[in-house]
Amino acid sequence: MSEAPALPHPAAPARGRLASRLARLEPVSLLWVLLIAILLFLVAFPLGKLLVVSFETRNTGAFTLMNYVSAYGRSRYVDALVNSLLLGLLSATMAVVMAVPMAWAVSRTDMPFKGLTWAVVLGAFILPPYLSAVGWILLAGPNSGFLNIAWRAMTGLEGPLFNVYSFPGLALVIALNAFPLVFIFVKSALDLVSSEMEDAANILGAGTWTAMRKVSLPLVWPAIMAGFIIVFLEAIALFGTPAIIGIPARINVVTTQLWQFFEYPVRVEVAAAYAMPLLLITAGMIVVQKLLLARKGFVSQTGKGGERRPIKLGPWRWVAFAWCAVVGLMSVIAPLMVLLQASFARAWGRGLAWDNLTLANYRLLIFEHDMAMTSIWNTIWFSAAAATIAVVLALLIAYIVARRLMPFGDALGFLAMAPFVIPGIVMAIGFYAAYASPPFALYGTATIIILAFAARFLPIAYANSASAIRAVHPEMEEAARILGSGRLHAIRMVTAPLVKKALLGGWLIVFIVASRELSAAIFLVGPRTRTMSVLLYDLSEAGNFEVLAAFGGLLLVVTMVFVGIGMKLVGRDFMLRRN
Amino acid sequence: MSRLSIQGLTKAYGPNRVVDRIDLTLQEGEFVSLLGPSGCGKTTTLRMIAGFVDPNEGTISLDGQAISAPGAVLPPEKRGMSMIFQSYAIWPNMTVAENVGFGLKLRKLGAEEIRRRVAEILEVVQMGHLAARYPAELSGGQQQRVALARAIVVKPAVLLLDEPLSNLDANLREEMRFEIRRLHDEFRITTVYVTHDQAEAMATSDRIAVMNAGRIEQVDAPHMLYTRPRTRFVAGFIGRTNLLQAQLRNGEIGFGGIAMQAGQVPGAEAAAGGDILVSVRPQSIGLHRARPDGGGPVLGGVVAQRTFLGETWDYVVAADGSDLRLRATAPPLQVHDVGERVWLAFDPQQMAMVV
Repeated sequence: MSEAPALPHPAAPARGRLASRLARLEPVSLLWVLLIAILLFLVAFPLGKLLVVSFETRNTGAFTLMNYVSAYGRSRYVDALVNSLLLGLLSATMAVVMAVPMAWAVSRTDMPFKGLTWAVVLGAFILPPYLSAVGWILLAGPNSGFLNIAWRAMTGLEGPLFNVYSFPGLALVIALNAFPLVFIFVKSALDLVSSEMEDAANILGAGTWTAMRKVSLPLVWPAIMAGFIIVFLEAIALFGTPAIIGIPARINVVTTQLWQFFEYPVRVEVAAAYAMPLLLITAGMIVVQKLLLARKGFVSQTGKGGERRPIKLGPWRWVAFAWCAVVGLMSVIAPLMVLLQASFARAWGRGLAWDNLTLANYRLLIFEHDMAMTSIWNTIWFSAAAATIAVVLALLIAYIVARRLMPFGDALGFLAMAPFVIPGIVMAIGFYAAYASPPFALYGTATIIILAFAARFLPIAYANSASAIRAVHPEMEEAARILGSGRLHAIRMVTAPLVKKALLGGWLIVFIVASRELSAAIFLVGPRTRTMSVLLYDLSEAGNFEVLAAFGGLLLVVTMVFVGIGMKLVGRDFMLRRN
Repeated sequence: MSRLSIQGLTKAYGPNRVVDRIDLTLQEGEFVSLLGPSGCGKTTTLRMIAGFVDPNEGTISLDGQAISAPGAVLPPEKRGMSMIFQSYAIWPNMTVAENVGFGLKLRKLGAEEIRRRVAEILEVVQMGHLAARYPAELSGGQQQRVALARAIVVKPAVLLLDEPLSNLDANLREEMRFEIRRLHDEFRITTVYVTHDQAEAMATSDRIAVMNAGRIEQVDAPHMLYTRPRTRFVAGFIGRTNLLQAQLRNGEIGFGGIAMQAGQVPGAEAAAGGDILVSVRPQSIGLHRARPDGGGPVLGGVVAQRTFLGETWDYVVAADGSDLRLRATAPPLQVHDVGERVWLAFDPQQMAMVV
């Protein structure tokens, strides 16, 4: 041999086949077992417990069907289920009507001020549903809502213009908060439609309007349906808005009924039985949605020749803009303005006046209120801990699945995505059933809230991590390994720096959604572990809208700080990217 | 002395044997290509050599020591090899110089030594002026040069290349082909090169191993593969050819009414009688307007089809007295019309019997 390579000579691997196999596989297998255990604890056990409890007699644990009889034996309870479904359909329809024209205008046309529309969508996305509900009570309460007062003053009529304490009112408030989901789906589908599709219709004699109606919109029909389903599911699983608007209006829905089962004496077993349809509907609809989106050949993804030109709308572009402006005004600007006004007012109904201005509401919350500051601190650290757990877990699972390190790795991915089909309120009841009582006795502790948040938002973190890992070609790591670095060193030197930014984005998204989460928290908090969202709900029950608005302001400030950090570090659209 | 030796190497995924008992030995400093259609097992073979894939059977030895055997595989990082990937796998979070210096750092070289060797190799691949750039700022060809530099700078025991040029456009591919051979001539690193492009394999390799369906069909120098294919697959895969059904009887090979001595046709010298297959390259057939003099085998026919390819004419001739259709090439100025009578002259030395 002419020259020795400048490298350590390969050692003979012959010694101990079993030993070498163990040495190579052990760490990954152990990690795999550990991850399975954690996922079973976070996802499978609470859900399984929910199912079991729904068939058990309280105290004795004997098998029974009585819980289902109690849950559906009264027409009031059945009506609530029907109400939820109707509410979901109405809200989803309203959201589609609002969002589809906006998505089309932003994606395909030369509508002016698209940036403003984006800001509105982001704003509606960030605004917690229960805050827009409070805003709309101030706007359209039947007697003292600003809109109705103005209406009476203008027309001299007795009745209100619009009563938010009504079924359409409830649906509208939900739709105004949830339409960004439809917008994001439809816009990203429209972005994939080549202008040549419309050109082909134009050259055959179709005008802009016909081309949109007959070509562009049908092409993104699956995306519209997917958005519709998401809003529907969001609406039937929502607790805050129905509780704040629905309960005073005597509109009972599934989630508020579940809450009533938790009022003393707590009837977990009946709540568990009552929650089952919600779970089944959600899981079923998610499957339908996946099938819709998977239909090949419908959304036309022409890679080449996919040139895209904005359609020239002429004067109509101002109509398109007016539509976006109206939706923006109703969903974000008006509710925020009245909340802001109320938060600085002595009495919100007196409107803007110098003698009505005060900082007392904020002062009360920040310096005097015994729970406000604690709840802010709770919210930040619960959310941060949950986001960290979710992202670390998701990253490890995504890595094992993407690199096929273990057989049946897909099982991990499936478990990690499973909470996606579980409404937050159902998850919370599952956690309550599984961990609230001894031997765990976690009720009211920070631990149970953090774990429930982590489990609930694990799918978001997982989708984020999986796409980040997928974006790193395995050859990137292999290139490091063949040059002499071990697997862990390769991950540290190559993979970690490449996924860092995406993971940070994922962490922030989980943090932000966790920080405003109400339905999962409200069943699990104790007296000292209240989060901002729960405290806000407590304040709304007390009916002091000025303090309530001020506290909403504080909540938004906290959220905006983290959204700002995300935009700065990860990119302006980090919250609205699909996946 | 042999540097890399592969014996009976097999990889199966379930019942599907993607690599099926292959043997291959590389001499010190040799450049060998694994050439074959996609799915033939060439990349899996390369990844077994690198240590990313465990074999089910067989061994791989480096300098006489086993580095891969079922259940005992030395991990990639301990093999002292380097590899160039289809996707280049240039790390976007490091500059060109950091990419190239990565392997040297792992070898615990001094900072000054690393700086010197990185600068040297970047000069060799003409990337010295771009050392401080990030990969996102480089073209595909430049990234490829960085990948080459990063792989060569560590003086690997074996250099592995996995379809390194498949993502480049045609002109660049040709340029990089010569660049790879030039670097090999300069550094003499033992190299295994995987490709599905025969021109690439021919331009770069000392020897080519043609793979099909998990097996090595033939290993030979490029010009020998072309002139002396031993199997039907190799004859058809390397260049274009006429595969003719022929009969071997009494030491004579016959087809289309003509006959020639079996001893003159390579591969047929010791063959048993019966139906055989003969590969005749279009370039080896002489095309004439009049029946040529001389004793060689000649066949008359009519031009059935013609295509002008720029460098040559490509004629299809329907032979007299049989349904043979033969492809023959001629220089651009030798023009025959469709329907014209022509004569085909065969050279037994340039044929090959294939199995």
